[in-house]
Amino acid sequence: MTVPHAEGGSPILELRGVDKSFGAVQVLHGVDLKIFPGTVTALVGDNGAGKSTLIKSIAGIHPIDGGQILFDGEPVSIAGPRDSAALGLEVVYQDLALADNLDVVQNMFLGRERKHGIILDEASMEQAARETLAKLSVRTLKSVRQLVSSLSGGQRQTVAIAKAVLWDSKVVILDEPTAALGVAQTRQVLDLVRRLADTGHAVVFISHNMVDVFEVSDRVAALYLGRMAADVPISTVDRAQVIELITAGRSGDIGLAHISEGV
Amino acid sequence: MASEIVPTSDLEPGGAAPSGFEGDRSSGSLGGVVRGYVDRLRGGDLGALPAVLGIVVLTLLFYALRPETFLTPLNITNLIIQAAPITLLAMGLVWILLLGDIDLSAGVVSGVCAAVSAQLLAQQGAPWWVAVLAALVTGAVIGLFTGTLVALIGIPSFVVTLALFLAFQGVTLRVIGQGGTVPIRDETIRGLTNSYIPVGAGWALAAAVIAAYAVLQLNRWRTQRSKGLDSQPLIVVVGRIVLIAVIVLVLTGILNADRALSRAVELQGIPYAIPVVVLLLLVLTFLLGRTTFGRHVYAVGGNSEAARRAGISVTRIRILVFMLSSSMAAVSGLVAAARLSSVTPGSGGGNTLLYAVGAAVIGGTSLFGGRGRIRDAVLGGLVIAIIDNGLGLLQVSAYLNYIITGGVLLLAASVDALARRRAAAGKS
Repeated sequence: MTVPHAEGGSPILELRGVDKSFGAVQVLHGVDLKIFPGTVTALVGDNGAGKSTLIKSIAGIHPIDGGQILFDGEPVSIAGPRDSAALGLEVVYQDLALADNLDVVQNMFLGRERKHGIILDEASMEQAARETLAKLSVRTLKSVRQLVSSLSGGQRQTVAIAKAVLWDSKVVILDEPTAALGVAQTRQVLDLVRRLADTGHAVVFISHNMVDVFEVSDRVAALYLGRMAADVPISTVDRAQVIELITAGRSGDIGLAHISEGV
Repeated sequence: MASEIVPTSDLEPGGAAPSGFEGDRSSGSLGGVVRGYVDRLRGGDLGALPAVLGIVVLTLLFYALRPETFLTPLNITNLIIQAAPITLLAMGLVWILLLGDIDLSAGVVSGVCAAVSAQLLAQQGAPWWVAVLAALVTGAVIGLFTGTLVALIGIPSFVVTLALFLAFQGVTLRVIGQGGTVPIRDETIRGLTNSYIPVGAGWALAAAVIAAYAVLQLNRWRTQRSKGLDSQPLIVVVGRIVLIAVIVLVLTGILNADRALSRAVELQGIPYAIPVVVLLLLVLTFLLGRTTFGRHVYAVGGNSEAARRAGISVTRIRILVFMLSSSMAAVSGLVAAARLSSVTPGSGGGNTLLYAVGAAVIGGTSLFGGRGRIRDAVLGGLVIAIIDNGLGLLQVSAYLNYIITGGVLLLAASVDALARRRAAAGKS
């Protein structure tokens, strides 16, 4: 499932030596990462390895303390969610960040509503939402005017992903999209992830599930205690190696050179 | 440890129904609409139902107990004027409740604003519009202060407004001074509740409101239909227009009837406070339902973290809502002052706030945030005014009046809490 053309291309998003601390605790230590268009990059790591902090830093929720973020080769500063959204970076968080009391359309356009003067342009938003859902072959929603509170877990995930791609986004980051989903729903979401990459999006896919990771990913990036242990094409590693990278930060000749516990 | 997620349940058998959004099409039929409504009720979204039931049941009850006085045009006019300040205050509080906050000082803020405006009229001889503007600005500034403490400093709104509830009573006392009561002699402000629209103009206004409502509703329906969007069947839209038309015409008829107790004088027409309430109802409903600001208020109330991540400034929204709500308190204070033709140190104290919160909650606004509409304030305000007015006619002792009104608010809050629990249970 590798996409050969992506390997030769230049990364759409690149992190160089990113540091992030919360008070006295340094969570990210000089993290490097390259994300390519048309490619699914699996971001793996144990609990507390810094995956969530890393994506929140990219999204501007926790702006970085040190290092550089390059978008399309240009250094950018991401100080808030609006900055990342303006670049075309979309994050689907594990808690999905949907407002239960709003309907599907309202959630998809939240914060970026279309307007006629000062009046919300409901008609155009509803049509666009419907088109996006149709393009992603979403068939499980009864109505786009359903309140999100009435949706099942899988439907919510779908809405959250559709919300992310509605924006002509270049990079879509998915935080454990298949956790807590059933078999059929997981299948649909994985298909959706693949379809996102095939339509030219750069996809970052966070997962604990090695089956899912090896099924849809082109590259794998493993975080270990806040450091990037490896960022390699998935064809160059096997499942045991990835698990070793997650748990020990090192596997054979790939991974971190020296690991001092207690960092 | 990389834990494998073992799929346990199949939430949605995918691929069973090849056509998407079939709900959008089935909602186009009358049966679909009725089914949808019943589903919503079952899911815990009672909407206007409790308030409408309350109005009907209480009206019948008081009519049975006081058949000579309760449903006379004079008393109905009184009742509506009684409801106006409660409703106006509640229209502001709906916004606060939508955020999941509370403003316990809203009542006394209405007192402060009315006192400022009364003193301008009495001491400075200011024209009425300066007094009104001063009240609104006072309200907005107070809201800015309260909202800043809540949203920027991060003190729970309950604590901030409880403290301000006490502090603002002192401010009212200081503004009014030793005199004790400031009379309002300005004819325009007194006229809000004490003078009436000529009968012909009243009918014309009623017709205009109905026509405008019908045009807006039908236009929206046509747009939705022509673009293939989610829409209600025509019969439901027409039914809603007819319902509004009947209510407006019946009320106009009652208010335009001669309600004077003696044959010698004529007393008829719509009090000017009513168009003020209707206008604010329309403007605020538009703001809440059709603009980005209103949408963001709902979002912050429903999931403030989601709103924040969507790039919405939650702090800004909360401060603006407190400013809006306090400005509405100012309007309410002016109408209350017009009704009593004076402002006293006790204006806006007592049960003013309880009535307004009760009105919003009875109308269907949730105390937990995220759910509510402006019209809730009107429906709930009527329920509260009917109780207040009816108990007055029954000459119930003051102690019982307090207990009953407090009980009604508790009942409404219980319905709200149970509905919310039901909605949460239905989600899993």
